[in-house]
Amino acid sequence: MSLDSKVPEGPLTEKWSKHLQDIKLVAPNNKRKYEVIVVGTGLAGGAAAASFAEMGYNVRSFCIQDSARRAHSIAAQGGINAAKNYPNDGDSIWRLFYDTIKGGDYRSREANVYRLAQVSNEIIDQAVAQGVPFAREYGGQLANRSFGGAQVSRTFYAKGQTGQQLLLGAYQAMMRQVHKGNIKYHPRHEMLELVVIDGQAKGIITRDLVSGELKRWEADAVVLATGGYGNVFYLSTNAKNSNVTAAWRAHKKGAYFANPCYVQVHPTCIPVSGDYQSKLTLMSESLRNDGRVWVPKKKGDKRHPNDIPDEERYYYLEERYPSFGNLVPRDVASRNAKNVCDDGYGVGETGLAVYLDFRDAIKRDGKEAVEARYGNLFEMYENIAGDNPYKQPMRIYPAVHYTMGGLWVDYNLMSNIPGLFVAGEANFSDHGANRLGASALMQGLSDGYFVLPYTIGNYLADQAPGKRYGTDHGAFVEAENEAQGQIDKLLNVNGDRTIIDFHRSLGKIVWDKIGIARNEEDLKSAIEEIRELREEFWQNVKVPGDKNNYNKYLEFAGRVADFFELAELMAEDALNRDESAGCHLREEHQTEEGEALRNDEDYSFVAAWEYGGVNGKLEETLHKENLEFEFVELKQRSYK
Amino acid sequence: MSKEMTIHLKYWKQDGPDARGYFEEYTLDNVNEHMSFLEMLDVLNEELMLKDKAPVEFDYDCREGICGSCNLVINGQAHGPKERVAACQLHMRNYSDGDHITIEPPRAAAFPVIKDLVVDRSAFDRIIEAGGYVSVKTGAAPEANSIPVEQEKANKAFDYATCIGCGACVAACPNASASLFTGAKIAHLNKLPQGEVERTNRVVNMVDQMKEEGFGDCSNYAECEAVCPVGISITAIAEMRKDYIKAVFKGD
Ligand SMILES: Cc1cc2nc3c(=O)[nH]c(=O)nc-3n(C[C@H](O)[C@H](O)[C@H](O)COP(=O)(O)OP(=O)(O)OC[C@H]3O[C@@H](n4cnc5c(N)ncnc54)[C@H](O)[C@@H]3O)c2cc1C
Ligand code: SF4
Ligand code: FES
Repeated sequence: MSLDSKVPEGPLTEKWSKHLQDIKLVAPNNKRKYEVIVVGTGLAGGAAAASFAEMGYNVRSFCIQDSARRAHSIAAQGGINAAKNYPNDGDSIWRLFYDTIKGGDYRSREANVYRLAQVSNEIIDQAVAQGVPFAREYGGQLANRSFGGAQVSRTFYAKGQTGQQLLLGAYQAMMRQVHKGNIKYHPRHEMLELVVIDGQAKGIITRDLVSGELKRWEADAVVLATGGYGNVFYLSTNAKNSNVTAAWRAHKKGAYFANPCYVQVHPTCIPVSGDYQSKLTLMSESLRNDGRVWVPKKKGDKRHPNDIPDEERYYYLEERYPSFGNLVPRDVASRNAKNVCDDGYGVGETGLAVYLDFRDAIKRDGKEAVEARYGNLFEMYENIAGDNPYKQPMRIYPAVHYTMGGLWVDYNLMSNIPGLFVAGEANFSDHGANRLGASALMQGLSDGYFVLPYTIGNYLADQAPGKRYGTDHGAFVEAENEAQGQIDKLLNVNGDRTIIDFHRSLGKIVWDKIGIARNEEDLKSAIEEIRELREEFWQNVKVPGDKNNYNKYLEFAGRVADFFELAELMAEDALNRDESAGCHLREEHQTEEGEALRNDEDYSFVAAWEYGGVNGKLEETLHKENLEFEFVELKQRSYK
Repeated sequence: MSKEMTIHLKYWKQDGPDARGYFEEYTLDNVNEHMSFLEMLDVLNEELMLKDKAPVEFDYDCREGICGSCNLVINGQAHGPKERVAACQLHMRNYSDGDHITIEPPRAAAFPVIKDLVVDRSAFDRIIEAGGYVSVKTGAAPEANSIPVEQEKANKAFDYATCIGCGACVAACPNASASLFTGAKIAHLNKLPQGEVERTNRVVNMVDQMKEEGFGDCSNYAECEAVCPVGISITAIAEMRKDYIKAVFKGD
């Protein structure tokens, strides 16, 4: 059975406007009778909560951090795309749509992506009106730059803090509604269970992270905007609290998880320096505009990089990809870096790094010019890595950055559980098998400001206003018991390996075998290893303290337990997808140039998994949503 | 090869807002110079847990100086000895073998301790709630380029808008004033035409809320500016006061 995406009929360019005309509305005086829960206060959740409240719904907002303003979106650096075409360089809604579909290697839904490109312009209007201080030209107009290999300049930015400024805009809009009483605000609350009554999402169970108390919340609809699951790798560029728990627990209650194997790795991160490493720091890929990537030609060459003459350096991207050189797309750059290191050419103490050298740029343009372009990045690098990139090459290595997979949603951003909506990085919707730079912020805000506020009304209009089951309903009791059971179980193991130790070991399996490049043999052994380690986790994990208190390690333990299950599904999904697509490279399927080779005949579908239980092994059933391409022609990428 | 050191730690333990706090001491060997300060605390906690001792709780999320979660006072200095970085961006190479380090939470009546080094900063949320926004609804925005904004003004607004809400300014201030935090938001919004309209109400409401939360007055010590990890300028405070006085005397 193919899943129904509920994409409206009609020409691509008119689907959304027509849908807006057709969907049901909730009368203004009825809106007050509906309660909507929004879990997450990143760009997607913050924007959604503020917009719902402005429309008149009663909103409850939850997040893990002590303030909504600290959601992981705050860390996004580079910018946000929109099809404004201010620079008059030929951009258009169609071009932004086309680039996104192609960038996603034809594994996303045409209608969703087109809508994203359409509403992109309104996002910029909205942000500017909120006082987001975007970069400006001398004449006072908004400035744009080109980003992530796009041929047009469509990226809006606020220095290297675009995510921070956009998030503060959404946060402030939210706080205005908190003040008016339209949003009940619950920071330091973690959602642990979804409550489903008669097949519909009707509430959640949270843990108050200060008192440890479990609480039941009832609502007419639940929105998950809980971010991505990159931290399954232990080390990633995600914030430490980023996790899969809300999405995974909803999955266990019946929500399908789509394309979990699509994970994006970013090529220019500061490498791991030791076992104590707790996260990885991204550096803007703009560095590759002037930096040259190389490794020594001799394996294990321990000389100082400055002492290695040019003829003994292997500028592998320039040699392998003469026309794009150091500017090949993220996945190609990442894969090549990993390959040269796996072959023993890596540099630095760990051998897991390659050089990114600015020597020639400094010689050509002068130190001042390079400093003007990258000064703050160089400073950041020096602060973390401890050496000076003006004087010697940077060491860089790829790191997990973004997860395209997530809970399956239809055109209305509703999951297969009626009443459960999913927004932002937590859903699988718009990026296919690979996301373009500056498109995640666009998608999160599009979902939150301009899609959900309408589509949620379409659902609520069919719900009897003010109908309540009460939180004494059996489904609430049961869900709370499940959450409680998991916490008690974790605290009772009393083993002798720490949570971080387990998480690090899990991350290593996932990185080595479900990471940048995959193959059948590795994936099969990954599944075995994950199961064994998961078994050991439940026998031997050491969780300190008690449950009626602030206890960060207890929080982490619950999240790591969920990562252990997700990891197995990622391997299964990667194994099932016997083709390469975007970031999912199956070594069995590549072009002679090492490019991902798709199999459109057999794999032009979204893989949506239905949970069936964990009993030593994870049971999941595959459902497919076939992807039809009516408006674009499928092509093979080439960056030679 | 990287350097390893021995560090003598003294850190604050407190079970809850009303419990009595105390210092605990621990000597950590094998501290690598490339560790971040928070990674050093992770390692401390791993050791403590393996010895069946309670780990020390501290707040963090991004670990790259942007979320504002971390807020440690290190040897008496908010965010530690290095200028213009948050505690999470401080690296152990700034210390030497045998150093003694004392770690405390920020101390302010408006920031009650939740546990150990974790405090409640919800007062900051309430200050923003009182007026730190532009009252515009989703969907009601005009075309973005319809109001040009001078580049210099936009850049100034941006500089104030980079406040990460960490609370170091409060921790460093002898009066535990939140003036730098509050002033930064007011200055950000007032510099832009979009925010200008609500200027009068904003300053009155936010400043009044700040007082209500129990933050002290500003006596121009400028300690806040010195510890601020993003370099918010105290001109924000002067502007806020000027605006406040003007607004109050207008009888607004
Ligand atoms: C370093 C970095 C740089 C980036 N730069 C860019 C860029 O330049 N351009 C771009 O477009 N994208 C960029 N991205 C990607 C982009 O930042 C993210 O994809 C996006 O911000 C995700 O937003 P979100 O709203 O979906 O979720 P998040 O911002 O991750 O928010 C998740 C929210 O959910 C809450 N939450 C999670 N689980 C629970 C739970 N169980 N209970 C309660 N609350 C919960 C959290 O507290 C948080 O409030 C970058 C990402 C990184 C890591
Ligand atoms: S003004 Fe500076 S020190 Fe104060 S909260 Fe903002 S960033 Fe932190
Ligand atoms: S942890 Fe985010 S600023 Fe330090």
